[in-house]
Amino acid sequence: MTGAILDTIRTAWRSPSGRAGLLILGLLVATAILAPPLLPDPLATPDPIAGATPPALAHPFGTDPLSRDILARVVAGARVSLSVAGLGVIIALTTGALVGLVAGHVGGLTDTILMRTVDGAMAIPRLFALLLLTLAWERIPLGALILVIGATGWFGTSRLVRGEVLRLRGAGHITAARALGAGSWRLITRHLLPNTTGPLLVAATLGVGEVILLEAGLSFLGVGVQPPTPSWGGMILDARPVLLTAPWASLFPGLAIVITVLAVNLVGDALRAAFDPRSA
Amino acid sequence: MLTVRNLRVGFHLGGTLVTPVDGVSFDIARGETLALVGESGCGKSLTSLALLRLLPPPGEILSGSEIRLDGEDILALKAPALRAIRGGRIGMIFQDPMTSLNPVLTVGSQVAEAITAHERVGRQQVRERVLALFDEVGIPDPADRYRAYPHQLSGGLRQRVMIAIALAAQPDLLLADEPTTALDVTVQAQILELLDRLRESRGMGILLITHDLGIVAGRADRIAVMYAGQIVEEGTTAAVFANPGHPYTRGLFGSIPSLTGPRVRLSPIPGVVPQPNRWPSGCRFHPRCPEVMDRCAREAPVVSTPAHGGSCRCWLVTEDP
Amino acid sequence: MTSPTPLLAVRDLVKHYRSGGWLAGPSRTVHAVNGVSFEVAPGETLALVGESGCGKTSVGRTVLRLQDPTSGQVLFEGSDLFALDRRTLRALRRRMQIIFQDPYSSLDPRMTIGRSVGEGLEIHRLVPAREIPGRVGDLLAEVGLDPDAAGRYPHEFSGGQRQRIGIARALAVEPVFLVCDEPVSALDVSVQAQVLNLLTDLQRDRGLAYLFIAHDLAVVRHVAHRVAVMYLGRFMEVGETASLISSPRHPYTRALVSAVPDPDPGRQYTRILLPGDPPSATVLPPGCPFAGRCYHRLKDARCTCERPELRPVGGSLVACHYAEEEPV
Repeated sequence: MTGAILDTIRTAWRSPSGRAGLLILGLLVATAILAPPLLPDPLATPDPIAGATPPALAHPFGTDPLSRDILARVVAGARVSLSVAGLGVIIALTTGALVGLVAGHVGGLTDTILMRTVDGAMAIPRLFALLLLTLAWERIPLGALILVIGATGWFGTSRLVRGEVLRLRGAGHITAARALGAGSWRLITRHLLPNTTGPLLVAATLGVGEVILLEAGLSFLGVGVQPPTPSWGGMILDARPVLLTAPWASLFPGLAIVITVLAVNLVGDALRAAFDPRSA
Repeated sequence: MLTVRNLRVGFHLGGTLVTPVDGVSFDIARGETLALVGESGCGKSLTSLALLRLLPPPGEILSGSEIRLDGEDILALKAPALRAIRGGRIGMIFQDPMTSLNPVLTVGSQVAEAITAHERVGRQQVRERVLALFDEVGIPDPADRYRAYPHQLSGGLRQRVMIAIALAAQPDLLLADEPTTALDVTVQAQILELLDRLRESRGMGILLITHDLGIVAGRADRIAVMYAGQIVEEGTTAAVFANPGHPYTRGLFGSIPSLTGPRVRLSPIPGVVPQPNRWPSGCRFHPRCPEVMDRCAREAPVVSTPAHGGSCRCWLVTEDP
Repeated sequence: MTSPTPLLAVRDLVKHYRSGGWLAGPSRTVHAVNGVSFEVAPGETLALVGESGCGKTSVGRTVLRLQDPTSGQVLFEGSDLFALDRRTLRALRRRMQIIFQDPYSSLDPRMTIGRSVGEGLEIHRLVPAREIPGRVGDLLAEVGLDPDAAGRYPHEFSGGQRQRIGIARALAVEPVFLVCDEPVSALDVSVQAQVLNLLTDLQRDRGLAYLFIAHDLAVVRHVAHRVAVMYLGRFMEVGETASLISSPRHPYTRALVSAVPDPDPGRQYTRILLPGDPPSATVLPPGCPFAGRCYHRLKDARCTCERPELRPVGGSLVACHYAEEEPV
């Protein structure tokens, strides 16, 4: 699996757009990890009297209506947004791969039941499902948010993996392994899974972009990441009353969302092109 | 009718020029079948695509090549004139009729399109022409099949539809690239018989591209054997079969299991077909040749006349006529 | 060639595939194999010959229990394959192996050659782990490849080399019986002959028995001791290779023989052109399976109503009511 991930990064690096995406993502992640000690406290005591100040040397992105440094909050928000997206996608991918492998490999009634369930689940808008779930919590904990995003994100992946398994099932090397006496465990771990990692990782990158937008949307609606924890969507929500008087307060978190999603999609598209057999 | 001289096809790959077709010359007369025989990677399919200037990019026909149809220089033609030749004077059929037909259109409309692409004809007339073509290529119940989609037809019928499309504009020359490779043996026999009949009734020339020496016997008037981008031997089918001059041709015969004669161990050609970017020096067959001599690795053999009267690229023939 | 103790005995094998059904479109049944019985002796090659869709591949997969039959029995070395528990079946898998038509899909693109060839050794723990590389090298050498190839990946090899690798993988577990599913039809002629010779040599050296599935009678003539001709899931004719090809009795066998392209322009024979295509096996005719394309001058109502059973005619077994008569 590690080898496959390295392969994937190498593949994305080969196209100019994929390389640009990887560089931007790398920069974002490095900033999110390394920069906070150098910046003001994003959770500094609110000072509503001073209010929002425009970008200046002391605060390059300006301050928000509570007089907190926006650069520091955007960077702290990157930590939250990227980890929600990363962990959510890992949960979604693992579940999806597992369901897809079982459905495709076992087949029969199991396959029918699993896939009809997926069909049904895909008909429910994800945002709506998440909003319903927030009824259960007054303030949704970050861990729960990640879990819920993961649990509602695996349907497409399971179909993708099932399709790959069905395609592979007819391949000679799978039959050969069965003829050699390989059991289900060996078939899945040695033969099926390694041959589905390519499309799986493409789905993963594209999924990350989707989840970042979803988290921003949820936080903007006030049901995602809860204040005072900074998140990009939440920052835009907080800045809404001063949209016209202090546009920088919503501009910079908005830009962060756009740049991140763009970078992720650049990588995803480069991978999709590379794994598409017709492009070879 | 068709004259090809010194045809060279090149691909620029990473700064180096690869020439999978490297100096091919042949002629085809009206009513004649020329079989272009060779193994995969020998350049036979690229040769046929080059005749219609349909090479996949970045492939190109290199300067010095010459392709003439009744004296007209195909390589000098502008796009409209070239389109009139493609599917007009030269028809083409491929190995896999499933991927060459459009899956979302009825087969009747695809044949009709082939007619209207080259002529202005009324709707009713087109339909009649299509039905007549279906009848000519042996498609039963033409009126029913007109409305069928490709996936509703068997492989044999699909190939017949492809032949009908190729015949729609009454071509003088038919390029048949492995027309029966994807078909069952009994259906293969039907299609070969059909091509033979059409050649006679329409006086078409046929370029039959195949890897199967078996289907050449009794079908083609002349045969050209290709190896590593060049024609290594050429002559009338009967003469080449009776007395092959090139060691590669002899090797091919030794490799083919036969239905008649004593059951002997096959004598395959050792080694594998070289890749176009690694043609061997001198004679390109010399690393696999059982009769290799010193000069074979150094000097490329000149084309000379073997005992059967055709042509042959081999030092053995040159030295010992 | 049939010895008193066959290696493989197949009795009344039937395999139907059902597709579609509830929630997945209209249901149809493909009658791939409709009752075939045969035996393969140790060291013998039996060829199954027929056109696409005749059921020959299904027979090959079922006798290895890669799929379960609809009905019928397969005895391998006397034990009923479909009555075995998983452990015994797994142990038996060692003794019977398969090689495939498509050398491109038959090797796992993400595994090195060495791991592919060594996988059987690993599964059955035939040699200690540290001896696997050595054994793999020996096997590669036996099929005519460089033992150093073990560290490379399938895409670095040509079709013929991959076919040799597939053979080495099958040989690793020391089988006595190999199903060869169109092993040379995807290969170039010069390479095809190399692989056919390799299979012949391996049979001689290792005493292997082959079930050789093919559509090309000329290839079959060079490797098989006996031939069974299949049409619509049934045997039309079974006999010794030489006599079946030189004097075919069944009208279908005659047509097949005549349709084989032969590189001998001087060969004189009557070409028999069958009308139509090999039929699909969704609806079986009540009488002779071949009646729909048969050209026999005596063909009559009996052929379309009453299915002929295999019966001895001139040394072969033939399923035709009029096998004794010249068809044209």
